Parts: sequence; C-alpha cells; structure tokens
Amino acid sequence: MSVEARSPEPPTYQGRPASPGVTFGPVVVERAATGSGRGAGDPAGERAALETALAGAAAALAGLVAGSSADAAEILEFQLALVEDEALSAPAFEAIDAGQPAEAAWRQALDAQIADYRAAEEEYFRARAADLVDLRDRVAGLLGGQTVAGVELPDGAVYLADDIAPSRFLSTDWRGRGIALQAGSPTSHVAMLARARGIPMIVGLGTVSVDEGDLVLLDADSGRLVVAAEPADQLRFAAEFAIHRRRAPATLETATGPALTADGERVAILINVADPSELSDVPVAICDGIGLARTELMFNAPGAAGIGTSGGTGTGGGAGLADEETQLSAYRRLLAWADGRPVTVRTLDAGGDKPIAGYTVPNEANSFLGMRGVRLSLKHPDIFRVQIRALLRAAAEGEIRVMVPMVSVPSEMRQVREMVAAAAGELAAEGLAHKVPPVGMMVEVPAAALVLEAFDTDFVSIGSNDLTQYVMAASRDSADLHDLADPADPAVLALIATIVDKAGRRAVPVSICGDAGGDPAIVPALLDAGLRTLSVAPAAVGRVRRAVNDYRSAAA
Amino acid sequence: MSTPPTLPATASVLLAHEVGLHARPSVKLTKLAKTFSSRIEFASDADGPWIDAKSIVKVMAVKVPKDTVVHFRAAGADADAAVAALVQLVEADFEDATV
Repeated sequence: MSVEARSPEPPTYQGRPASPGVTFGPVVVERAATGSGRGAGDPAGERAALETALAGAAAALAGLVAGSSADAAEILEFQLALVEDEALSAPAFEAIDAGQPAEAAWRQALDAQIADYRAAEEEYFRARAADLVDLRDRVAGLLGGQTVAGVELPDGAVYLADDIAPSRFLSTDWRGRGIALQAGSPTSHVAMLARARGIPMIVGLGTVSVDEGDLVLLDADSGRLVVAAEPADQLRFAAEFAIHRRRAPATLETATGPALTADGERVAILINVADPSELSDVPVAICDGIGLARTELMFNAPGAAGIGTSGGTGTGGGAGLADEETQLSAYRRLLAWADGRPVTVRTLDAGGDKPIAGYTVPNEANSFLGMRGVRLSLKHPDIFRVQIRALLRAAAEGEIRVMVPMVSVPSEMRQVREMVAAAAGELAAEGLAHKVPPVGMMVEVPAAALVLEAFDTDFVSIGSNDLTQYVMAASRDSADLHDLADPADPAVLALIATIVDKAGRRAVPVSICGDAGGDPAIVPALLDAGLRTLSVAPAAVGRVRRAVNDYRSAAA
Repeated sequence: MSTPPTLPATASVLLAHEVGLHARPSVKLTKLAKTFSSRIEFASDADGPWIDAKSIVKVMAVKVPKDTVVHFRAAGADADAAVAALVQLVEADFEDATV
C-alpha cells in the first residue's frame, strides 16, 4: 500500500479498538490451554511436576493477595486456601500413581469438583465453580510451563490472549500495559473496565503469530497490532510510542468548568462508571455528574468490598447478590464523590453479555433478545425490591436518579413505578429516611424509541450500544459485523434524532450513555441530532470535551 | 478416614452468618484450625459425618446453611484451646480480625 516502504512492512494485525491508547513493549502470550506441550513422564516425575505447579500457584496467589485491594484479595484467598488443601489434589495424585500424566490428572480432579459445585442447590455454591475453574487453569498453565497471567507483566507489556475473564483482568496490574485479544468484544465487561481505567485494548485480531517477548506496538486508537521484528522498526515504534506517552497526560488532565461548543452552547458531559473504586483517580470537577452508574459488578463480585458474601436479602441467599445496606453504601460512595452533582444509577442490567449466576437464564439461545434488564428485574421482584429500597434511601441523601434498562413497553415502566411506590410505603412504615427520585428509562429497544410518548418516564437516556445492534440486526459481539454494528449509521442516527425530538416535545431531559458518546468521531453527529448531554467513560471526557469545543452547529 | 473413638474436646455453636458457611468464613475457619496441632473435626450434625476442619475443600463440601448448629471436636495437646477458638470465631460471626 505504501510506495515509500524501503523494507518489507512489519507484520500488522487489524482488530477493533476496544479501549483507546497506545503501548509498545514485549508480548506476553496466554494461549487457551488446550493441553500442554509437555510430555508425560513416569509417575514420580509427574507427581513432582504437579507438586511444583501447586507450590507455584500458591506462591503466585499469595503474592496477588498481598498486592490486591480488599475486594479482589478475598476472592483470591479462597483459591489460595483451596490450592493449599491436600484434599483438593489427592485424587489427582492417585490418578498419577495409576499412570495418568499430571495435567490430565489435575484437570480431571478439578473438573469433578467443579461439576459438584455446578450441581449445587444453592446459587452461591454454583457461583464458586468459577473460582475452581480459575484455579484449575492456573495450575494447568504452570504444568504446561506457561506464564501465569495475573502475576507480573513487564513494563509496557502487551497481553495477548483469545479472550480474558473479568477476574483475571481484576487480578492484574495493567498500568502501562495493554491488551490484545484474538476474539473478544468491545462491549464486554473487561472492555468497559479497560476504558474506564485507560488501559489500551484491541479485540477481534484473529490469529496472531508472535513469540513470547517479541516487541509489538499496540495502537488501540486505530485497532492495529504491529510486530516490530526489525531493529529499525523497534526504534521507529519506540519513538512513536514516546510521542504518545507525552501526549497521554494531556488526555487525562482535562479542563474543568462547562463544556461549550464553538457556538457557545453548553453541553453537559457526565461519566459512566461500573464500580465506585474507578472514581478514586477522577477529579469530579472535570464532569457534570454520573450519567450512568452500572450496578452489575456490585451484584456479581463475590466478596467485593462487602458485597456478595453477604447474600441476597429475602432471596434465600446466594449468587453474590448485594443486600440493601451494601447497596446503600455503594450509592452513598457515588453521591459523596459527585459532591452535589446528579448520580444516575441504572438498575440491575443483567443478561445479554452480563450473566449473573443463579439470576440470569443460563445458556439462553438468543440472550440479547432474551431475559435481560428490566425483564429480569420484574421477574425477580424480591431482588428488584431490595435495589429500589436502597435507591430510595440513597435519594434522601443526594441527587439520585433511577434509570431502568431494556424497557420495551409502557407497562414495564408502570410496574416499576408501582414497585417504587410500594417501597416508599414500606420505608415510611419502617421510619427509614427515603425519597422518591426521578425514574427514567434507558432507550435501547427500537419499540420504545418509536412510541416514546406512550411511556411514563422522568428522563430518557439512549443506550446506543444496544440500540445500534437492535436497529442494525447486527450482534455487537461479533468482530465480523464491525462495519454493520455502526452507531453512526444513518438509520441509528435518525432514530436517535426521533428520540430527542419526542423527548423534547414533552420536555423530558434526554441524554446518551452508550459508547458512541465517547467517540469524538461520532460526537458531532450526536450534537447534530440534538443531544446536549453525553455520558462517557472517565478516560474519554477530555477528548469528548475537545470534540464539543470544535463543534459548530450547521444552523448557526 | 479411620474413626477415632471419641475425641476429648467437643463443643457446639449456632452458626448465624448471613449466608451460612461459605467461602470467606470457610477460609477463616480452616486457617484458624490449622494454627493448632490437634486433630480437629467439624460436623453439621452431632451424629456426623465428621470431617477434617483443616480442609477447606471438605468444609465447603458440607454446604452448611445459616442457622445451623455446628459441632467441633478435637484431640491433641491443644484440643481445648482449638475448640474454644473455633467456637469463638463462629460466635463472632467470622469477623475476628486476629485470625
């Protein structure tokens, strides 16, 4: 493609940008462990290999526990206790003595345990299967002589994997590193966390042929992974990266005060947050509040900051569902951070690509068109009621707004409002301070967008990720459908303009909280559609502000 | 496992932890048990089965729900102290920071 290329172009892989940024460093390969290349030895050798791997896993976990925040440490301590327990590995050692290779013996022993947990009656125990899977793979990886991710990545490292589990993401220090996934999705939980924390990440790269330690340039702004095999390339990329690194602080260090377009029109920029802990490094003055606080992680993290192990109130326990007090304290943290600015909390939006063991429908054939968001909440009123109560109590203390996801028909909003009124009655009877906050809907289902006037809603926030996939009939999970699942497609933009218009006629505030709002290339089109409130990842606030500053409306 | 006759030190205590004996409490319980040299056993029923209180795999496998009376028994040099400490841990709802 380039006529000035004086040497062969370095091998380049094109994927989808999932979280912007650039890094340059050695590749750390974590391939899906489909059996190791290790040959099986005699039982004594296999026994020794498993003992070494168990000790290595225990040491790695102990190191992780020591370096983790309280929430992550609790998850890891459970695995540490398991790996140190001879009862866990005894069946594997027996199988080895009977002639099995170490890795197969270990996997079989753990798979039996995992099956036992998965078959448990109580949700809580079923959810623990994931911890055992994590541990199984950690030890199996060591048996195969593979690097255990989540231990130590060298500075600037690019972690290459097929996909990455949230727990693994959370147990690794990513600062200054990047993530390159051969599969994966830009709307996965990990991608959201990566965006919030400013970790460069590319997904959908396809098969990448590199060796551990090869130097690569990960350009997650454009979705490109380049292998720097030649010394000349290495120098060139190192220089390119140095430029990016100098620029990086400017991206994070954003201006404060109102964001104005070139015409002087005010645009509110709020932030999306998945976990209150993300906010510790974000100065509140760079934004106008929290436009989307997700609550899925709060419900899905066993042992997370007092969340999870306490069980669900009134649900018979299990599934790591946060109780009312735990939720209330999380909402209070958001309010405290926002310092008087509004905080829009989205009620539990599980299902689709966000499963919660024991709550969502397992193995749903077409999960994005299935039981998710408010549909699940209304199906589990005992769990939803707890969240509503916690939100009403938080609303007595600050500017809480409640946003309901995946609303399709007006009756869903009516049912939510009935539950809100009932919860207010309960709280009043119990003498607990509370307030009924504004209750709004997330608009992501085309049916709701088209007849928005039929809905009883206090505000509207456009969920452009789902809206796009539903309008375009293109799964947001598929890397192959990247071009189709385009939030800037004229059809999507037309529907967004319709939503803004319908909301405007009723003086219902409207905003957008999908990823489109954080993309400077799409911001002008969203402003053209009439939007003046954008809620974006914290790391995107700076670039969105600049896109707003550069915007001049066609009418002006 | 071979069953010893009766173990000298025994005690029972009501487990009130909100979700029963799950991962975090089990980690604390087995960690504490391991600090004693005595053989310590645990059961959710006075008639057994009795399982090794130092094994998290076995303790978790009992899947003890909330509001169960759990039983400890121990044999060895520090058996009394072990049983007392474990009972105290359960009574304190596993909040004991000294573990």
